Amino acid sequence: MKIVILLKTAITALRVNVLRSCLTMLGIIIGVAAVIIMVAMGAGAQQKVDEQIKSLGGNVFFVTGAFRQSGGARSNSVVKINEDDANLIEKQVPGVEAAAPYLSASGQVIYGNLNWSTEIDGIDNRYFVVRDWGIANGREFTPAEISRGSKVVIIGERVRSELFGASDPIGQTLRVTNFNAIVIGVLNEKGQDARGEDQDDVIFLPIKTVRNKITGVNATNPKSVSFIQVSAYDGEDMDYIEDEMSLLLRQRMRIPVGADDLFRIRNVSEMIATRAETIQVFNTLLAWVASVSLVVGGIGIMNIMLVSVTERTREIGLRMAVGAKPSDILYQFLIESIVLCGLGGFIGVMIAYGFVFIGNQYGIGAGGIIETRVVLLSLGFSGLIGVFFGYYPALKASRLAPIDALRYE
Amino acid sequence: MSEPLLRVRQAKKVYTMGDELVWALKGVDLDIYQGEFVAIMGSSGSGKSTMMNLLGCLDIASEGSIAFAGQELSTLSKNELASVRNQRIGFVFQQFNLLPRTSALDNVTLPLLYSNVPEADWISRAKQCLESVGLGSRMDHHPGQLSGGQQQRVAIARALINDPLMILADEPTGALDTHTGLEVMALFQQLNQQGKTIVLVTHEPEIAEFASRKLTFRDGELISDERNQHIRQAADEGVA
Repeated sequence: MKIVILLKTAITALRVNVLRSCLTMLGIIIGVAAVIIMVAMGAGAQQKVDEQIKSLGGNVFFVTGAFRQSGGARSNSVVKINEDDANLIEKQVPGVEAAAPYLSASGQVIYGNLNWSTEIDGIDNRYFVVRDWGIANGREFTPAEISRGSKVVIIGERVRSELFGASDPIGQTLRVTNFNAIVIGVLNEKGQDARGEDQDDVIFLPIKTVRNKITGVNATNPKSVSFIQVSAYDGEDMDYIEDEMSLLLRQRMRIPVGADDLFRIRNVSEMIATRAETIQVFNTLLAWVASVSLVVGGIGIMNIMLVSVTERTREIGLRMAVGAKPSDILYQFLIESIVLCGLGGFIGVMIAYGFVFIGNQYGIGAGGIIETRVVLLSLGFSGLIGVFFGYYPALKASRLAPIDALRYE
Repeated sequence: MSEPLLRVRQAKKVYTMGDELVWALKGVDLDIYQGEFVAIMGSSGSGKSTMMNLLGCLDIASEGSIAFAGQELSTLSKNELASVRNQRIGFVFQQFNLLPRTSALDNVTLPLLYSNVPEADWISRAKQCLESVGLGSRMDHHPGQLSGGQQQRVAIARALINDPLMILADEPTGALDTHTGLEVMALFQQLNQQGKTIVLVTHEPEIAEFASRKLTFRDGELISDERNQHIRQAADEGVA
């Protein structure tokens, strides 16, 4: 194949001045590496967000109490929402799958001679529905345990591994702050949440148990909870549900028209998606900036190819004398430029892989994912740069008159 | 004699130097026949180089006609001229014009890159040509590893690769010492005896003595065209 010889010729020519070829390629190398790394970071962030939304359990709202306003000044007392609010939301707002009350606390748990500081939360079984979180081993709470406030505990995977190691925790007695509770279940592993916190570092007890034993009972609002997590069925209109919940809670709290809400509803999946979008926009911007360096690299290629054509005028003359057509010369220099860019692109890809690998090893950023599509696109694009910026020098070479080129000093 | 290989009629070449027109050739008539060994002589500015460029299809005459093997050159396109140079003419230059850092073998195959010769035949053809100029043992050497005479012989092998009708040599001994020059001339004479037409451009009268016909140019005109009665035989002059 002639193309093999043309490639060989191009590589020979590039090897004549290795340092110059490398420096020329640098622009392309940096450009391609930068573009791929940026896109990889973007893809990594996207995947992370997808995972977070998934681990959240789909379409989820957080309902919390807000600061009470009195006469324009913000008072210190926070309006507490309670279990009845959760029940009402679940019953009355259409499209709601489940509304789970959640009372959060934290403290030490001890098993044998091991202790562990963790989150201690009061919930009922609806929470597992909202979070789409299954029991790996054991069982959920029974209605009786919930209503009585029994000392039974379901533990997260992290707590299990920290305290129980290889032994079976079911039926064991775990000391939770100042009382003993029987382990009845272990949850599936969930991983990190949106803030990077380990969601498996948690134990769950019935709300009543946590309230009576740890947080204490609020005299004015005996059934108060920290927040309510609400999940909607797939495909439901989240904005509509949010409005309905808001309306319901305003009625319940007797908030006059025009006054501020005494609660907050946050659409969590939307928040995460918005944050992801911000990251994406930022990464896209960076990728564009990086691609500018590709163009600058291309100009460098053009510059060096022009120098190369001038330097090798006699060679061009000789090739023409022994029968090279103008198109042969054009292809020769074009291929040289493409090889230069393609090689630069290849090295850039390798560097990008290296960077992303090291980044992932040390957990820098959200982690990078290099898609084959992006790699091929970058290589193709650097080849195109070779064609685009190599064409003019190659054309100039091909238009030399053989006799002038031969006699060139 | 039969139809000439080269038939030049009223060939003129004009260059523009700023506003001035310079006539490098002022109407030359010339016939060169198959198998001749022609030396083109003249001082610099005489038009001999211009004549060579026209004969070698490197340039086109401004006026007049040049027919090569019966084909009128002025009607040919750039690509067709390239094809004529590739197939019919072998060039040998004063400065050898070999590709650096490229083996003798690859230098010799260079014209084949622009021909239709199947690639499978390239190596064997190049080897044959290198052997015929006595460089069979140095095919992998790069120009930098060869002496001037050896480099010129690689260039001659390159000129022979497409079995051309004519070899055009521009001051082939100009960059060589006398002894090596003799070797190269012996090679040309040997090729001529094998039937190759050779056109040699030189400004050294003693080199022209090896040719069978001497053409002398002055001021763009052919002023003398004579048979060489006493052809020097390079092979007899101390070439081992």
